[in-house]
Amino acid sequence: MTNPANNQVLSAFIRVHPRLLLLFVFFAFMSAASLAKEAVPMAADEQVEQRLISISEEMRCLVCQNESLAGSHAELAEDLRREIREQIKQGKSNEDIMTFMVSRYGDFVRYRPPLKATTLLLWFGPGLLLVIGIVVLLIYLRRRNARLVEVNLTPDEQHKVDLLLKGTTDSAKVKS
Amino acid sequence: MSRYLLPLGVFIVLVVFLALGLSLDPHEVPSPLVGKPAPAFERPQLHQPELKFSPAEMRGKVWLLNVWASWCVSCRQEHPLLVELAEAKVLPIYGLDYKDQRGDALKWLHDFGDPYTMSISDSDGRVGIDYGVYGVPETYLIDKAGTIRYKQIGPITREALNDKILPMVKELQLQNL
Repeated sequence: MTNPANNQVLSAFIRVHPRLLLLFVFFAFMSAASLAKEAVPMAADEQVEQRLISISEEMRCLVCQNESLAGSHAELAEDLRREIREQIKQGKSNEDIMTFMVSRYGDFVRYRPPLKATTLLLWFGPGLLLVIGIVVLLIYLRRRNARLVEVNLTPDEQHKVDLLLKGTTDSAKVKS
Repeated sequence: MSRYLLPLGVFIVLVVFLALGLSLDPHEVPSPLVGKPAPAFERPQLHQPELKFSPAEMRGKVWLLNVWASWCVSCRQEHPLLVELAEAKVLPIYGLDYKDQRGDALKWLHDFGDPYTMSISDSDGRVGIDYGVYGVPETYLIDKAGTIRYKQIGPITREALNDKILPMVKELQLQNL
């Protein structure tokens, strides 16, 4: 890509006109500075933006499903945010907007699924599993308790047990 | 023996759940629009932007509304199938050119063939939002009364066409309004 002839011209230029070059650099920075503006707020109305964020945080982006509509950079998410922004400006309520979205994309768009016949297992399944777990645990503990039998030892046996127990604690001490 | 039955049972239930979970595609979100009237719109035609199209014109016909775009890679994958379907003249296929530049779209149709009876421009994607489009391509089968009967998410495959779409089309075409 580099053209040796061009490079020669450039280096000759730099040698002959060092000040002119400085001027060029100066103007280059000037134009860059004039291009850079202060960050423009996304919308003039801050309240609308606040509501947009609070609504769209409750919604799933359908393109990147683990992102909320508020945080997604997908083009569809941008379009949907534009749609929601306009509906807020039209004075629609949050429920209206949610209904609008659900009627098009289904309950999947909501991060909090509604309580319906089809979502009963989703809502109460974990609780149900916990109850089952507790019941199983209780049954197990009771059965085990029933199986445990008190054993009476003779003094001789008791002495052996004590020796054995002492041995284990001693060996444990040696190890540590 | 019986002490192994419980863990085995739990294991089998777990395997069944995991197998189901693996075979489902989380990107296929069932559309709430199936069984509902196709949303109305009026948009310029792609080839003649001065003319408009509205789905109301399609009353009395079973038709496909295929959402496509020239920037959509999977659309190229399904395109030959659409061309084939159009040549078989089974039903009219209408294209919704979603969030596209007119020039790009026309070139695309010129290069790859135009299976559409008509294409409609949805340059800002608003019709797409009304139809719950979240990825292109998507295809809607709409009956004579204007009700959406089926939605294909992603490219139409030959299996989907032969096993689901065509049998439904046949059935719907026999229905009277």
